[in-house]
Formats: sequence, C-alpha cells, structure tokens
Amino acid sequence: MYGLEMLSFNIKDGFLEAIVRGHRSGLLTVADYNNLAQCETLEDIKLNLGSTDYGAYLANEASPIYTANIVEKCTQKLVNDWNYMRSQADETLATFMDYCTYGHMIDNVVLIVTGTLHERDVQELLDKCHPLGMFDSIATLAVAQNMRELYRLVLVDTPLAPYFSENLTHEDLDEMNIEIMRNTLYKAYLDDFAAFCQKLGGATAEIMGDMLAFETDRRALNITLNSIGTELTREDRKKLYSNFGLLYPHGHNELAMAEDFDQIRSAMEKVPAYASIFSKLGYGESQMLDKLLYEEEVKKCVDCYEQQFHYAVFYAYMKLREQEIRNIMWVSECVAQDQKGRISDGIVYLF
Amino acid sequence: MADLTHPVVWFYIPCTLAWICFLISVGSPDRFIDYDWLWFLFRHISPYFWAALGVALCVGMSILGAAWGIFITGASLVGAAIRVPRITSKNLISVIFCEAVAIYGVIVAIILQTKIEYVDPQSTGGVYDKYAVAAGYSIFGSGITTGFANLVCGMCVGIVGSSCALSDAQNSTLFVKILVVEIFGSALGLFGVIIGIIMSGGIKWAA
Repeated sequence: MYGLEMLSFNIKDGFLEAIVRGHRSGLLTVADYNNLAQCETLEDIKLNLGSTDYGAYLANEASPIYTANIVEKCTQKLVNDWNYMRSQADETLATFMDYCTYGHMIDNVVLIVTGTLHERDVQELLDKCHPLGMFDSIATLAVAQNMRELYRLVLVDTPLAPYFSENLTHEDLDEMNIEIMRNTLYKAYLDDFAAFCQKLGGATAEIMGDMLAFETDRRALNITLNSIGTELTREDRKKLYSNFGLLYPHGHNELAMAEDFDQIRSAMEKVPAYASIFSKLGYGESQMLDKLLYEEEVKKCVDCYEQQFHYAVFYAYMKLREQEIRNIMWVSECVAQDQKGRISDGIVYLF
Repeated sequence: MADLTHPVVWFYIPCTLAWICFLISVGSPDRFIDYDWLWFLFRHISPYFWAALGVALCVGMSILGAAWGIFITGASLVGAAIRVPRITSKNLISVIFCEAVAIYGVIVAIILQTKIEYVDPQSTGGVYDKYAVAAGYSIFGSGITTGFANLVCGMCVGIVGSSCALSDAQNSTLFVKILVVEIFGSALGLFGVIIGIIMSGGIKWAA
C-alpha cells in the first residue's frame, strides 16, 4: 500500500538513498556552467572542473588535454559512483539498478555489431563501449554473422536473453536490420522494466511509470521521425512501439500512419503533456526537438528528488549525470573550436 | 501479489464473518459457540493478567516505536554524513527525540507497576472485588494508550528525522524549520503519557 513504504524503506536502502542524494547535490549548476562558458582553452575547463566533484578525476590528466579525455574521466566518475552503490545494494534495489543499465548494454551490443560490419577492430570498439553496459562475453559479439548466431553464441547468457523474441531471422545483419534489432530489444526492455517497477509498487511504481512512459514515447517519436522515407513498413513500425506510455494504444496508431513532421506533430499534440513541448516549436522546425525533449527529461528527473523512499532517484541520477556529461562535452567542443557564442544553444541546464 | 487493500479483504469478509457469528448465536439452543460460557470465562480473567499485560505493552510498544524511529533516521543520517560531515552533531537531536519516546514508556511502566497491590479473592468468596477488576482494566488501558501513542510517535519522529538529515545536507537553513515539525511529532508521545498517568491515578484495589 502506498504510504507505508516509509516505515520499511530505510531498512535496506536508506543508506544508499542518502548517498545518491549526496551525489545529486554535486551536479553542476547554472553558475558552474557560466564559469565554464568563460573559459578560453580546455586547460581552463580542466581548472574550473577541478573545484567540482570531477576534481579528483581530472587532476592527474596530462596536458595537452582533449575533449575525449575530459568526457572519459567524467564518465569514469559516474561509473565509480554507480558501482559503489551497486556493490552495496540489497535486493530489490540491486535488480532495479541492473535494469537501469540494460539500455547501455543494448547500445554496446549494437555498437559492436555495427562496427564489425564495417570491419573495425574489436579492441577499438570495446574502448568505445559505455562502461555501465559491459558484460563478460561482449568481445565474442564480433564473431556472429546473423541474429540467430548472435543470440545462441553470446546473448543467451546475458540479461538481454529474454528480450529476443521468437521471430529471430536468419538474415544477415545489415544496417537496417541492426536498427530494427536495437529498437525491438529496447521495446522489450522497456516493457520489462515498466512491469518490474509496477510490481515494486508504491512511489517507485508511480514515478518510474511516469519517467519510463516519457522515455518510451520519446523513442516512439524518434523511431517515427527516423523511419519516414525508409523502407520500414507501417506494420513493422508499429511493432517497434512499446506496450505502455501515454501514446499507447491510440497515439501509436496515428504515429504509425504519419508520413511527415506535421502529421507526427498533430498525433503528438493530442496528448496534453506533449502538446506543451510542441507548442514551443515553430511550424516546420524539428531541430529544436531534441533539446526540448532533453529538457523535459531533465525536469522529470529533478522533480523525482522531491519525494523520499523510492528507487527512481537512482535512475534519475544516472540520467542527470549523463546529461551533464553531454553538456560538458558540448562546452568543451565549443571552446576547442572557438565557437563560444553557441554554448548556450546546446546546454540543458539541470538547475 | 494479492492486493490486500481490496474491499473484499476489509469489508466483505469481516461482514460475512460477523453475520455468520450472529446467525450462530441466535440459532438453535444447542449452540455451536456458547457465548454465555465465553463471557463467564472472560469476566473471570484475573485482573493481574490485565495489569501485567498493560505494563508489558506499555514498555514494549514504546521501545518498538523508538527503535523503529532510530533506525529510519540513522540509516539516512549515516549515508548523508559521508558527503557532508557537519550534519552529524545537529541531527543527533532527531535520534534523541526518538530515544525520549522509549524513556516515556519506561517511566509510565514503572509508575503503573507501583500501582499493583495484591488482594486476596478468598475474603470476597472467590471472586475479585469490583475495585480490583476495575484496577486491572485501568492499568491495561493506561499501558495500551501509552504504548500505542509512543509507537506511532517514534515512527513519526524517525521519518521526519530522516528527511531532516537529508534536507540539512543540501541546505543548512532547513534544519531548524524541520526540527519544529519533529517537536510537534514528539508531543504525540507526551499526550499518551499524560492520559496514561491520569488513567492510572485513581486506582484502588479494595474499598
């Protein structure tokens, strides 16, 4: 029953919730971003970041320092924090935290398969993988020739195994199929995650339900936008949409029919929550859409810290850190390429 | 998992059970449940049973409430203090408020047990005097009142103390304001103590 979880949450998870709230208080604010925007070189950025939580990670970087180094070290901080919490987590928080990382696992799998298709070196691809989504046999993905082999050789031992449905094809992996595979896996993953959160009940179910609904609607929107004008049929497109969310089921019917941006827009505006996002876009514009969606996601993540005694704070911490790393990357690139006027275009302020 | 808040659990099943018991009681003279015998047994339970149970519940439930509150606050406090060590000394006040709840329970239990006198039912024909019976019930009621009040007070202060520690770690001006909420919460335990002491004030075991 909603409400009585306050009495028993702290038995197992009180310590880690306090830890994650401590990390959240170390996220960069508007003042920090203003300081970063004043920097002339990447050395200045390293200096400014030295007084934030990233200080210990960037202190020993040798100059000359590049954007990729900064981003790698910042990601390392996220990974260390996450592993610290994950190693101390008790059930069911441990399962929840694992679910949060399966998205990265799917992205890593697709990265390696795509890279192998383009005949890249496996070691180089492994370096590019997101550290939160690694698993033991990931390097053997390079061996697989089609999806069925992929499943049988590697993925059956990973947590992603249940997301492969019965309709595995013998087709060779090519660009189109890989994207479809990515989206099918992601759909199954989000459905599973949402069902798990609903089973947890209480505040976790409510807040995570809201955040996952936004995530799945955003993915539906992106799938539709990217598949306009490709060979993806409407039925196939509809199969890639998840079975929950604000757009399910009627919005999905409309989105599957959409053939250009204005039709997508009219389908999305029927949902009041997304109408406000689309009203900020002028007619015919779609470049700002990404940034608006990121802003909405950040707002939801920051709001979930208002409540105590639920697990969504961990998911939100991961999302907020990732957004912060994207912001730092944008600022670093703008500074490195001497385009400081465009810094505020690309930053999504957290608070 | 079954939904325990469904009306079937909390309304229909109790109504059905109560109806069945009623049917049985007004049914045939060869009753399935002999209510007269059960009432006879109940009113002959020794008042010392009720008195001892009252004292036990008083101290037991108070300490349960205090312990509950302390672990809720303590878990959050320890985690938050890793990053912001300055909050530890101030936030121990929350733990002290929870501890006070346990002390209330002990005090009332000591007072209640001093009220227990030993009367001999033989002089009144094998049954306890009405004063003795009333005294037993009073001590029981007093103990339960204080016990329940301290139980929920401890839980309340613990939850607010946990939020207080986390808020103090983010913004130190919030501490005193949330402390006021905790003070109101700990007054609840005090209400239980007051009523408990009043209930046990007029006890006499014999005329």
